[in-house]
Amino acid sequence: MSGLTYTAPTSVDDAVKLLAGSSGLAKVMSGGTDLLVQLRSGRLKPELIVDTKKIPGINDIREENGGLVVGAATPGHVVEANAAMNKSWPGVVEALDLIGSQQVQGRCSLAGNLCNASPAADSVPALYASGATAVIVGAKGRREAPVESVPAGPGRTTLAKDEFILEFKFPARPANSSDAYLRFIPRTEMDIAVVGCGISLTLDAPNGTITAARCSLGAVAPTVLLVQAMADAIVGSKLDDAALAKLDAAAQAACKPINDKRGTIEYRTKVAGVLARRVAKIAYDRASGKTVKAH
Amino acid sequence: MNYLDTNLKVVGTRPVRPDGVDKVTGRAIYAADTRSAGMLWGKILRSPHAHARILSIDTSKAAALPGVQAVVTSADFPEIKSEEAFVGEGPMNFRDLSTNVMARGKALYEGHAVAAVAATTQAVADAALALIEVKYDVLPHVIDVDAAMADNAPVLHEEMFTAGVTPKPTKASNIAKVVTFKKGDAEAGFAGAEVIFEKSYTTKPVHQAYIEPHACLVTYGSDGQVTIHSSSQGHFMVRAYTAKLLGIDMANIRVNPAEIGGGFGGKTLIYLEPVAVALSRKSGKSVKMQMTREEVFRGSGPTSGASMDVKIGAKKDGTIVSVKQILKFQAGAFAGSPIGPGCMCGLALYDIENIEVVGYDVVSNRPKVAAYRAPGAPITSFAVESALDELADQLGMDPLALREKNAAKNGSKTHYGVTHNNIGFEQVLAAVKTHPHWTSPVKPGQARGLAAGFWFNIGGESSATVHVNEDGTVTVATGSVDVGGSRASMGMMVAEVLGIDVAKVRATVADTASVGFTFLTGGSRVTFATGMAATQAAERVVDELKRRAAAIWEIQADAVEWRDGKAYPAGSNAGAFEPLDLPAIALKAGRTGGPVTAEVSVNAQGAGAGFGAHICDVSVDQETGQVTIERYTAVQDVGKAIHPSYVEGQIQGGAVQGIGWALNEEYIYSDKGQMENPGFLDYRCPVMSDVPMIEAVLVEVPNPRHPFGARGVGEVPIIPPMAAIGNAIRRATGVPMPHLPMSPPTVLAALDAAKK
Repeated sequence: MSGLTYTAPTSVDDAVKLLAGSSGLAKVMSGGTDLLVQLRSGRLKPELIVDTKKIPGINDIREENGGLVVGAATPGHVVEANAAMNKSWPGVVEALDLIGSQQVQGRCSLAGNLCNASPAADSVPALYASGATAVIVGAKGRREAPVESVPAGPGRTTLAKDEFILEFKFPARPANSSDAYLRFIPRTEMDIAVVGCGISLTLDAPNGTITAARCSLGAVAPTVLLVQAMADAIVGSKLDDAALAKLDAAAQAACKPINDKRGTIEYRTKVAGVLARRVAKIAYDRASGKTVKAH
Repeated sequence: MNYLDTNLKVVGTRPVRPDGVDKVTGRAIYAADTRSAGMLWGKILRSPHAHARILSIDTSKAAALPGVQAVVTSADFPEIKSEEAFVGEGPMNFRDLSTNVMARGKALYEGHAVAAVAATTQAVADAALALIEVKYDVLPHVIDVDAAMADNAPVLHEEMFTAGVTPKPTKASNIAKVVTFKKGDAEAGFAGAEVIFEKSYTTKPVHQAYIEPHACLVTYGSDGQVTIHSSSQGHFMVRAYTAKLLGIDMANIRVNPAEIGGGFGGKTLIYLEPVAVALSRKSGKSVKMQMTREEVFRGSGPTSGASMDVKIGAKKDGTIVSVKQILKFQAGAFAGSPIGPGCMCGLALYDIENIEVVGYDVVSNRPKVAAYRAPGAPITSFAVESALDELADQLGMDPLALREKNAAKNGSKTHYGVTHNNIGFEQVLAAVKTHPHWTSPVKPGQARGLAAGFWFNIGGESSATVHVNEDGTVTVATGSVDVGGSRASMGMMVAEVLGIDVAKVRATVADTASVGFTFLTGGSRVTFATGMAATQAAERVVDELKRRAAAIWEIQADAVEWRDGKAYPAGSNAGAFEPLDLPAIALKAGRTGGPVTAEVSVNAQGAGAGFGAHICDVSVDQETGQVTIERYTAVQDVGKAIHPSYVEGQIQGGAVQGIGWALNEEYIYSDKGQMENPGFLDYRCPVMSDVPMIEAVLVEVPNPRHPFGARGVGEVPIIPPMAAIGNAIRRATGVPMPHLPMSPPTVLAALDAAKK
């Protein structure tokens, strides 16, 4: 019936030109694990698909200035097999690992998860908590933006029509830092988060005082939230019970969920507080040098 | 002949499943796997409204779209008179089935078919659906059973007057019928009780969730001959329903059974075949139809949801003296919930002097329910077995001891009139009592639940043919769809009778023109009834083989004996001959009377009831309400396990479906009566990691009415899980769980409410 053009350009310039030149709906594709489902269901009817996977470097992970750079289309299983990512960002790795099945892990990507802009996306709260930067390319050149500035609302981003994410820059990690991610689902896998929570912490010493924190909640608002009040609740503490109680309250206060088929307002709010406490403890133990399995 | 006490060589072993390789390599042909040259794609337009009068349907624009070759509405189907259907499982009326397949006058649920098209491609068919203009007058709707029974509820069928009440009502209602079962005097029984426990329970409708959506490929030939390729639990059922709904002679319809990707009762009626045949008749082309998962949820039958009250009176020693139970079952848009079995099954496990059960069959604006594994029994047993568990606490009794004390045994008379005979409930409870799961201490942070279940099992009409091939190998053809391993069990029973290696026997499923009538695969009947037909056919083949050997040896047939797959002279008087095996006799069949073959049709009686009891350990996350099934053991009387691996598989599968029913499965409706979770992402069946290994314990109390002692095994295992899990959660948290599903929000809300 209607025409759909699939392209797989081999350079950033070509990709940007294709996007800028399209007259109808153009979609950028990384792994396609969301896009293809939306195509099949008829929810999206794009005129053009620009597959970015042929662009050099977009599927790789490299070290740069003490930090890590992850290509936008790098599949989940590659990130999960990367020792440096596991060492510095176990929370990001475990969040990405929760997306879909084994098969989906061969394709799904951080950029796709971020730009699909679902408030329930699993890797996104961990990405927000990490403080990573998105490197964005487009007709006007190259720019860098905090990851939390990319989603605008359910299914919408702040990227211009001709823009796409080329890679993510994860900052250098101070000593005694780590992160964690937990989500709540009614089953044990193959499900969508009812609530997700990612927290990244830096301590002054193993089992010491929290000097920096970034806390994020998923599935409790139209977009994933970066919640300063949650960080404020625990910075300066050793994550004692009082700090955990404040964190729980701050998480609940930040929630603006809806009632839908995946959860009620009351339930999501309550569980957000529970998860925040559990995630903070895991991140704290990891930052103190312990190996903790979250899932 | 009866083989109960014989030295069995094949039955009871675990040969490799005959359909296994095709299924794991993807070569098996399911309903959606077939195409034919020049075929069209059929698609259905479904009502977006839960309840609406259809004012008009304008199909002209759709019909004019290039590529569209037929459009049908209810006007293309004969109007069927109200008539109780003689096919299918559970109560169904031909008129209702016709109106369910294609709405006439009113759309009664969101997803109700209102029109269909056939076009050259799926995309054209989709575009054509969008061009059909239906004018609706949207009516108030009702979803839940208690609401549907209210005086001011919107009425679905203006001609529905509650049956089973006197005087006959004068006002139409959503209550199709009221049924009552009585034994003794319940009220008098309560007067003599020392302890009384009473509670109300609710369950939600749950879908059978077979992995293969409904699909078919049909051809209406220019000579009026119809062929249908589809997957169902009974191709004779497909033939009969299609013939009836379209006014075609059965002889003119041939149904080829495809491999079936699960049914669980949900494929004991039809949705697509009559529509596809109507489209094929109109277009003159073959038509293929295939539901999406969303259509399966919106358009096909789950089992009933229910609202129930239970009152139990007991003596302090645990003797139950009286029970009163009220059950209100949702039937969906048309009458015919499994209220009958619902009224019978919950209390059939116990020998109780006074019983009164009242059941209501209630319509509402949701898809017509279809059979689902032991229809009605899991629902009623959730109420009864949960209540018994609380009663046990109230009596200060062990929950197993309470069941032992009241267990039905041979000679116990049920409240529906049948007297139990050759049942194994006491043996099941004894097996629970000594099982390491039951005797092991409960782990810290966990709790243990127990519940039992009963299902009648059925027999019925089956046909089987056994052929000896020219090389002495054997083919068995039956009319039963292989949904639970029947090719394996038929082949094994025939091999046992013939005394040969099971690898020399190949069992197939014959189409409607190639074997005698066989009732559908349901009620756990196939191993019992079709197995009986196959066994008898094999016995006739043995008799014939003896005659052929006698002819070769030129002696009397009764001087030949059949042992271990060979004919021997019966004694020294018979003569000295080398034994003849099947290949030797087959080689000379042409000279001794022609092909060796036998067909047997039976109406098998004496199916032998099934009993089971499940033990379940759970832990509960008190902060999120999430329940983890830590350990699960299912004990069941299976009569005789023909192929124990298949039997264990049935028990494990039933338990897992019960776990889904218990914990997460439910239909979520918008305030407009539209289903919001028509897919496996949000309709949450258990995934592999949600369930522990289910340990299946086979208790074998032989059924003397079957040649090998078999009982049906497929349905019992879905009955106990909901109460077993609910009882474990109650024991873990101290909070009763009378409402399904026990999903995390429900459990957390109950825990929070209990704290207040």
